[in-house]
Parts: sequence; C-alpha cells; structure tokens
Amino acid sequence: MDATPINAHSGTPGEPTPVNYLNVDYGLKSWLLTTDHKRIGILYLISITIFFALGGIFAALIRLELMTPEGDVVSSEMYNKLFTMHGVAMIFFFLIPSIPAVFGNFLIPMMIGARDVAFPRLNLMSWYIYSIGGVFTFAAMALGGVDTGWTFYAPYSSTYSNSNVALTAVGVFILGFSSILTGLNFIVTIHKMRAPGLTWFRLPLFVWAHYATSLIQILGTPVVAISIVLVALERLLKLGIFDPKLGGDPLLFQHLFWFYSHPAVYIMILPSMGVISEVIACFSRKRVFGYPFIAFSSLAIAVLGFLVWGHHMFTSGQSVYAGMIFSVLTMLVAIPSAVKVFNWTATLYKGSVSYQAPMLYALGFIGLFTIGGLTGLFLATLATDVHLHDTYFVVAHFHYIMVGGAIMGYMAAMHFWWPKMTGRLYPEGWAKFAALVIFVGFNLTFFPQFVLGYLGMPRRYHVYPPEFQVLNVMSTAGASILAVGYIIPFIYLLWSLKYGPLAGANPWQAKGLEWTTPSPPPPHNFERTPVVTEEAYAYASKPYPEEAEVV
Amino acid sequence: MEQGVPLFPEAASTMAGKVDALYFFLVAVAVFFAALIFISLTVFALKYRRRSETDVPPSIHGSTPLEIAWSVIPLGLVMIMFAWGAKLYFDEYNEVPADAEEVYVVGKQWMWHIQHTNGKREINELHVPVGRPIKLIMASEDVIHSFYIPAFRLKKDVVPGRYATIWFQATKTGRYHLFCAEYCGTGHSKMKGWVTVMEPAEYQAWLSGGVVGESMEAAGERLFNQLGCNTCHRADGTGRGPSLVGVFGKPVRLLSGETVIADEAYIRESILNPNAKIVAGYPSPTIMSTYQGQISERGILQIIAYLKSLSKEERSQ
Ligand code: HEM
Ligand SMILES: [Cu+2]
Repeated sequence: MDATPINAHSGTPGEPTPVNYLNVDYGLKSWLLTTDHKRIGILYLISITIFFALGGIFAALIRLELMTPEGDVVSSEMYNKLFTMHGVAMIFFFLIPSIPAVFGNFLIPMMIGARDVAFPRLNLMSWYIYSIGGVFTFAAMALGGVDTGWTFYAPYSSTYSNSNVALTAVGVFILGFSSILTGLNFIVTIHKMRAPGLTWFRLPLFVWAHYATSLIQILGTPVVAISIVLVALERLLKLGIFDPKLGGDPLLFQHLFWFYSHPAVYIMILPSMGVISEVIACFSRKRVFGYPFIAFSSLAIAVLGFLVWGHHMFTSGQSVYAGMIFSVLTMLVAIPSAVKVFNWTATLYKGSVSYQAPMLYALGFIGLFTIGGLTGLFLATLATDVHLHDTYFVVAHFHYIMVGGAIMGYMAAMHFWWPKMTGRLYPEGWAKFAALVIFVGFNLTFFPQFVLGYLGMPRRYHVYPPEFQVLNVMSTAGASILAVGYIIPFIYLLWSLKYGPLAGANPWQAKGLEWTTPSPPPPHNFERTPVVTEEAYAYASKPYPEEAEVV
Repeated sequence: MEQGVPLFPEAASTMAGKVDALYFFLVAVAVFFAALIFISLTVFALKYRRRSETDVPPSIHGSTPLEIAWSVIPLGLVMIMFAWGAKLYFDEYNEVPADAEEVYVVGKQWMWHIQHTNGKREINELHVPVGRPIKLIMASEDVIHSFYIPAFRLKKDVVPGRYATIWFQATKTGRYHLFCAEYCGTGHSKMKGWVTVMEPAEYQAWLSGGVVGESMEAAGERLFNQLGCNTCHRADGTGRGPSLVGVFGKPVRLLSGETVIADEAYIRESILNPNAKIVAGYPSPTIMSTYQGQISERGILQIIAYLKSLSKEERSQ
C-alpha cells in the first residue's frame, strides 16, 4: 500500500460505526425514494454500469466479426444493429451521464460545502427519467434492435430503415430530459450553495468543468431531442422534413443533429478533464498550474463548441465557404484543449509525484487525449478530412478521446473517490496492473485503426477487402486485452466493498472539502457548514498571499 | 496490391500527392507535440517522484508568458493547417476544369450505376482514361451514399434530392477501390467496386467496344418525347412552355424577377417540382404537372444530357 491512511478515525474496533449515508437506512425503498445526492449518484453508477456492460458485449461481437474480411459471424443486418446499439448504449446511456451523474452528483455538493444539490427531488426525478428512457431503448433492442447508426442520419432513419427507430428515438428523447435537469440542478447548486468563503476562483476545477458541461447540457440537448422526434414524426406520419421525396432536406437533419452532438462530445470530455485536474494536483501535491487558464478554457470550449458542428459535414455538399468557416473555428477549439494539456504537464514540474492507480489513469488520460486531440486536427483540416471522413481514422480519433480520454478519466475518478464513496480501499497492486492492461489493450485496439483509415477502410463495414485483415486482427487482439482490463477492476472493486481495508477520511492526503468529512460521508455531509479560507489545492503548507499573483 | 500488409494507400491522382504532403506535415506536427508531452510527462514524473511522505513541493501558480507561448504557437500552426487544407479543398470541390469529360453516377441501395455520355453503362465499375480530367455528376435514388476512391483521396456524399459533382485526374493506370463511405443500410459494405484507369487509346477502345446502347443524349431525347415534354416545349418556341433549345448553361429570367443559371439542379427541379421556379411570361401556378414518381434519377440525367446537347448544337451553329 503506497498510501498510508493517516487519519482513519472511523471503524476502530470496539467503537460503534458512525452513521453514514449507506447505513442510515436499509431496504430497496430507502434507495428508490432517496433524495440524497450521494445515493442518487450510486443509483446512476449501477444503471450506467449495466449499459456499459451491454455496450461492451456489442463491441466484442463487432470485433469478433471483423477478425475476418468475410461476414461469417453475424449477418449484415445484425452487424449494423450491433454497431448502432453499441453507439447508442455507450454514448447516450453511459458516457454522457457517466462522470456528471455519478461523481458530479456525489461530489459537487461536498466540494462546495453543501448538504445536497439545490433541487434534491428533481435530482431523483432525473434518475427516473434516465431509467424510463433506458427501458424504451432496451425494449427497442429486445424487440429486434435498430440499425441506423447512433447518428440516425435521414432519410435512412426516417424512411428506409426497417428497424425500431421510433422506439429508440423515444428512448433517447426521454433520456435527454434527465441530462437537462441534471445540468440545471448543478448550475443552480454551484451558483447558490457554495460555503462561506468559497469564491469562484477557489472552486475545485472539477466544479468549473461541471459548470461548463451543464451549460452545454441545457442549451444543446433540446435541439437533439427535437431532431430525433422529427425523425420519428416523419417515419410515423410521413411529414416531409428530411426526406426529399416528401419535400424535405436530408442535410437539415445533419445540421440539427450535430448542433447538439458536437457540443455533446464536450459533455463527455469536460467532466473527465475536471477529474484530471483534481487527481494531478493531489498526486503531485501541487496547485494546478495556471488554474484560471484551465477554468476559462472549459468555458471557451463550451462556447466555441457550439460553432463548429459543420466539421462533420465537409463532404456532405454544404458550401465550400461554410466548410472553410467551420474548419477555422474547429482549429480554434483545439487551442483551449491544448492549453489544458500543457498546464497539467507543467503541474508535475517540481511536484512530489506518486503513482497510485488514479494517477496512472490520469497520466494515461493526458497521453491518449493528446493523441485524440492531435488527430482531430487531421479531421479539421479540410482536404485531409475529405479523404478521412467516414473511415476508421475517425473511429480511432473519437475512441482515443472518448475511451482513452473520457473513460480513463472515469476510471481515475472511480479509484480516487472510491474510498470516499464506500469507506474502503481497493487493492492497489491489482489496480495498477489493471491500469496498465487497459493502456496496452487500448492502444493495440485503436492505433491500427488510424492506419486503416488512411488506407481508406470505410467505417460501418461488415465485410471488407482482404488486405485490411492484419490490422483488423491486431485491433481485435487489443480489444480482448482491453476487455480483461475492464473486468479486473469490476471484480476487485466489488471485493473491496467487503474485504477492502478501511480508508479513513482522507487516504490520499488530498485537499478539498469532500476529504474533510468521514468516509463514507454522513447523510448531510458536514456536521457544521465549513468556512473556506484558502484557495483550491493549497498543498504547500505555507500560506500564500491572498492576491494569487500569476508570475 | 492484393498481397502483403499495405500500410499506406496508393496515390493515383493529381490530388493524391498534394493531400499526402499535407498529411505528412500534420503527422510531423502531431509527432512533435505528442513527443513533447510524453517526454515532459515522463521526465517530470521520474525526476520529481515522491521521495518522502512529508515532501512539500513549492507552490507555483503559473506563468503568463508560458500560457501565451503555448497558445500562440499552436494557433499559428493550426492556421497553416487550415489555410493549406482549405486551398486543396477548394481546388478539388470547386475548380472543375472546363474541358473535363462528364460521367454520370447514380447511387442506389446498394450499387453504383454509371453511365458514360456515349451510353455505355457499368455497375460498380468505373473506367476512366489516365491524364484527363473527369467530372462526375452524381445523384441518389434513395438514401445518402458517398462516392469514395481512396487512391485518389477523394470522396463526396451523394445526397438524394440534389446533385453532387466532383472531378479528378488519374495519374497512374491500374485498378483502385471504389467504396460507398456513407452508411446506407444493410448492404452498405457491399456497395463497392473498382475504378479502372486505362491508357487513353485503350479507354477509347473499351468505351466503344461491347454492347453500347443508345447514347445518353439519344436516350434523353427518347424520354423527352415519350413523357410528352416535347408537346409543350417545342423547339421553335410555339408551344405552351418555353423552348429548351440552347437553354442549358444560360441565365433564365424568372417570374419572380430573379435570374438563375439553367444548370443540372435547375432542370431537375423543374421536372420534379415545376412550380418552384417559373419562367418569366408563363402562368403561375404552372400548367406543367410534376414528373415526381414517373422518372428515375437516371432518366433525368439522360434528359439533362439531351438538353446539354441542344445547347452545344446551338453554340456550334
Ligand atoms: C482537439 C479537439 C478536436 C478536434 C479538432 C476534433 C475534430 C473532429 C472532426 C473534424 C471530426 C469530424 C470528422 C469526420 O466525421 O470526418 C470529429 C469527429 C468526432 N469527434 Fe472530434 N475533435 C476534437 C475533439 C473531440 C473530443 C473532445 C471528442 C469527444 C469527447 C470528440 C469526439 C468526436 C466524435 C464522437 C466524432 C465522430 C462522430 C461520428 O461521426 O460518429 N472529438 N472530430
Ligand atoms: Cu465535432
């Protein structure tokens, strides 16, 4: 064990266990009717894990099929359903809610010294809405699935597909409201419920990141909800919206869809970036380098992210001048992302760096996100995108960002705050091993796809020319390693619930209000409302001047 | 090409080498920054590793000069990427050479129908001469498809309801993959074929060999009469609709006062939705009824080829 719990004061033998949010009440009803943000976080954790597992199974079948150039494992219909349902489960039901709904819910009130979120019942309602959306989508899958791709492009989705498009659309539509309500709750909570002395520039960067994410959730989600409903209406009532045979315009769908779905990619990555800031600071024992730049870069990403949707449409026939504007704006969004990476790296400088599992995931995040961001530039550059659009290069790019970035951040968060959430430590050796397996498996799965993409292998291909086989076999081999890497933590985390050593309030000697309460936290988080007198990440013992001068 | 493990695609068009040069520039920039980050992370993580549990590192807040440097330098680089990419994009999508030979393409779940102006048809195959600019005029019968030739670094979505045009000039004879790149349903991954680039003489022989039916113009003329277009659009202008002789490619004055160029999209719209643009001097709503559902995209392209020929004749007289 690298971390020695220094102030473990709960659960000493002989003493009665103190009341916490887990043992305050038992029984299913106490969970299903809870308004405690921590319990709601746990409910989300369970639900999204189900979808993650489901999405993972679909992915495994896809990779299995792609081991050979012929279509020998499943039929084309089935293959198309597999990649569609993989995307729908992973993006809408796992990644978008992942960090905000689980860790944001659990931590934001504690990080700002509050007893709960601003609207606890609304918070519970968002989980129910999520679940209802999940049931619809699940039903669509069980009744035969859907085959439009997670992007639902019209007129294929609105007229030609013979699968359960409308049911899935309803599921995703309902789900959107849960995302909107969570965002709303966070914004009000962050504005109104900060503890005395907790000014905006003393907030942990995790909170800033969630603030930016919430803005996108509120402003963007209604648009995708509407466009998906329009698809369902065109299907059911033959309204001419997207299908040119009915007088509609197929490109209108793409504009509406990406107007949300490009910002949505930032819904998936910004919370992870918030996690990385916390973890890097803690395991280097340093204030995050360039705090205000990281904070404002999140907002810059949130705002600029709304102006670049057309970079998904460079080959669609939109005017070349529009293409140029979207290209230049996309280049601009890359800058705040780069600024973050540079600042995290600089945070290690002269730090006291230790390598526990959360830090390994955070370092993995930085490396893989860097590759994801840099390859984004290949796609933002017009002439290269004409070649790379809709090939495996795009698939590799967004998996580097979403799996290499967002899920690495999720795993970092899981390991960093697991002791806080459960009161138990996970086995550090296994955790480091799993982090390594995930890193290796991930790169072996997705790096070959960049090469495949430049070679010209289109995405969403059930059968493919034989010369692409070797690279596909490498990718499938990597995916099997990656799967093992995700199963190991699943096992040891469950194991630690019962057998893990007690964590104590602050096993990492981390700064931040959430570490000042016992683990697991009491139902109302704090005995007394904390008063904040220092900035975030004050790891250096000596107090510094209030005027945080930036050299 | 069938053997071994290719790691880089063949380059067989005038554009391919240019896109590759830009790609290598991007790779160089990406490798430089990735190395910078990886090496700094590794060096810092090792050099500043925790030596004692009571380490208290110095508190460093940040550095404005550094923040400026690592915003402005990347900004400069991405602007180069943008400008370079935009220039090539404009060339390949907008600057169609005037002397390009036209070939008509119709995408349909799940095959590519191709027709040359002399009437020669092919399916999932495209034969072209080396060293000549070729312009593809593409339409879709159903959903969105995307015409993609990796060896030419060229792709364009074929969206129903409108025409997509691209051009290329092949530089190397050979056979190259042709893919549908936009997911279009069950048979998407089977909607692929080959582009065969031939020596011009060989190409001419191929073009006139085998069974060549009517030329596109002739087929278009036949349709023009069959569908009854000719009853109103009489050549001498005495019909109930405007004469279409010499119209293609020329400006047309509309009832609304606007002037539009009679291009492919205009002709197509006038056939399928005659009320959209009414020529000045004719009644609104128009007396022409829509041909929606009575004519295929291929038929429309044939009529367009016929109308184009009427303009060429006009010019040469
Ligand atoms: C440095 C920043 C980034 C740049 C410059 C960038 C650029 C692009 C571009 C131009 C495309 C369109 C490619 C195409 O379809 O031809 C794209 C696709 C995509 N990007 Fe990024 N990106 C960046 C960061 C991100 C982030 C942070 C995420 C997600 C967390 C992300 C997720 C995606 C996804 C999901 C797609 C593909 C969507 C689809 O067609 O299914 N990207 N990116
Ligand atoms: Cu995007």
